[in-house]
Amino acid sequence: MSATMDTESTYSGYSHYSGHSKKAHRQGRDRHKSPRSKDGSRSEKSVTIQTPPAEPLLGNDASRAEEGQDDNWGETTTAITGTSEHSISQEDIARISKDLEDSVGLDCKRYLGLTVAAVLGLLVFLTPIAFILLPQILWRDDLEPCGTVCEGLFISVAFKLLILLIGTWALFFRQPKADLPRVFVFRALLLVLIFLFVFSYWLFYGVRILDSKDTNYQGIVQYAVSLVDALLFIHYLAIVLLELRQLQPMFTVKVVRSTDGESRYYSLGHLSIQRAALVVLENYYRDFTVYNPALLTASKSRAAKHMAGLKVYNVDGPGNNASGQSRAMIAAAARRRDSSHNELYYEEADHERRVRKRRARLVVAVEEAFTHIKRLQAEEQQKAPGEMMDPREAAQAIFPSMARALQKYLRTTRQQQYHSMESILQHLSFCITNNMTPKAFLERYLNPGPTLQYDRERWFSKQWTLVSEEAVTSGLQDGIVFVLKCLDFSLVVNVKKIPFIKLSEEFIDPKSHKFVLRLQSETSV
Amino acid sequence: SYVISFSFQQRIEIHKLRQGDNLILGFSIGGGIDQDPTQNPFSEDKTDKGIYVTRVTEGGPAEVAGLQIGDKIMQVNGWDMTMVTHDQARKRLTKRNEEVVRLLVTRQSLQKAVQQSMMS
Repeated sequence: MSATMDTESTYSGYSHYSGHSKKAHRQGRDRHKSPRSKDGSRSEKSVTIQTPPAEPLLGNDASRAEEGQDDNWGETTTAITGTSEHSISQEDIARISKDLEDSVGLDCKRYLGLTVAAVLGLLVFLTPIAFILLPQILWRDDLEPCGTVCEGLFISVAFKLLILLIGTWALFFRQPKADLPRVFVFRALLLVLIFLFVFSYWLFYGVRILDSKDTNYQGIVQYAVSLVDALLFIHYLAIVLLELRQLQPMFTVKVVRSTDGESRYYSLGHLSIQRAALVVLENYYRDFTVYNPALLTASKSRAAKHMAGLKVYNVDGPGNNASGQSRAMIAAAARRRDSSHNELYYEEADHERRVRKRRARLVVAVEEAFTHIKRLQAEEQQKAPGEMMDPREAAQAIFPSMARALQKYLRTTRQQQYHSMESILQHLSFCITNNMTPKAFLERYLNPGPTLQYDRERWFSKQWTLVSEEAVTSGLQDGIVFVLKCLDFSLVVNVKKIPFIKLSEEFIDPKSHKFVLRLQSETSV
Repeated sequence: SYVISFSFQQRIEIHKLRQGDNLILGFSIGGGIDQDPTQNPFSEDKTDKGIYVTRVTEGGPAEVAGLQIGDKIMQVNGWDMTMVTHDQARKRLTKRNEEVVRLLVTRQSLQKAVQQSMMS
């Protein structure tokens, strides 16, 4: 059975690159695609011919998918191929329309918040300066002269304002990295606090100093200094509320992807639900393997076969007993002796063996290819001047010898959609430049990596919706469950509190480490 | 049914057998105040550090004289054996100039008196 694997579908584009001559003469034969049945029937040899060699070897452009030439045709049955083509195009339409409406609406809200905060910040920053300058401008002649203490306070105000400026820049002037559904409670609280604070200071200033034209300039400067001090304290409060409070871990969240059950655990502190969702999503892109819909077809077809196997006939009359019918179906399904578990077991064992075999071939091919490339040392430049290539050319030179093995492996593990020929060539030249071994080159292809590793178009997960029973600005509690939905799958998040740990101590005197020898000897006399 | 256990003392006289250069008695001892009493399979009280007979050679002088496995040796030729070390016990039994040793041993017997009478 293993001999037939060599002759499975190939693209004729290979003949331009590979040296294998036996592929070349297949060009003339079949001109139509022969749809293959499911992986069970291994003995079929089928050949696919694609005419123009300019097509990418592992062609997976979005346009090709929409033409109806699904690259997964080799892995699906004819029945399911029909529906999956329709569903892909519908999902594409939904995705496009969603992308359009995203870019317009929510930006306004974000920018509004930003401008309010910026205006308030500027106002707050200029207030102490205004407090000091206004008396000088308005009633300079009546003011008492500013002595040494007063001038010392000027320096103090200047430096405190500088520190405040740097601190505000460090804390608040950052690229917004996410767009959350509701406003940040703590940020809003802080803005309101600052506004009230500054407003009350201005009120006091306006009534007691401007109206009465107070001549004690030192007092006015001290008033401005007290304002700056209080602003620094508010800045401290902002650090504690926005940054420090959630650092200590209080909850453990379990994140499970709904389609394939992949799960991870994360530790979080006191956060609101929307911020916790943000943390989960940031970690999702790094920790979870990329969502691959091609891997789910097997279980879907099993489910379809299971349901299709039963038909219910109503013998007793025209009564519409729907619940009775479904119950009868379930009971019959339970009693029926199906061997689908057997099928699954052998299929999985078979698939495992096939993957390992292809992987072995791939590793050997890549290792052989890499031996042809040698880094050119400075002294050797005189010896072989005719063959110098830059990394890109070197990659293109050795790529054909491993292309077929790589493509077969990717098809077996259903990853071929995620790697185009261009990306493989780029990665190859990157590895050659950085002197990586064949194994380092293959690390990217042997196992599916996190979502960040792949092209943005392949992510299937860019627009997220937070579904929660509690308000999203309320804090995390033990037992909360919320769901992060995107178009194709969802992440179910379960929150558990870290248990209260009671730790007690036991003192062991080092002198107590003493031992006795317990013998039981037997002597014959 | 009842289980009655009691112990009785017995005096045993063993005549040593000459084997080459040695005088042997034909049994093995275990126990002593320097040993671990909890590992003694024959004692009823696991803190008992006395000297016990752990093995009796078949056909040897000890078996002929009537010594049994599990007996506790209380005296050897008048010397007390209940508070001696293992090595001291061995030395008292293997004195080169003695050909006869007289032991005072304690033996435990279990009897299921009533049950036996009911069954017979």
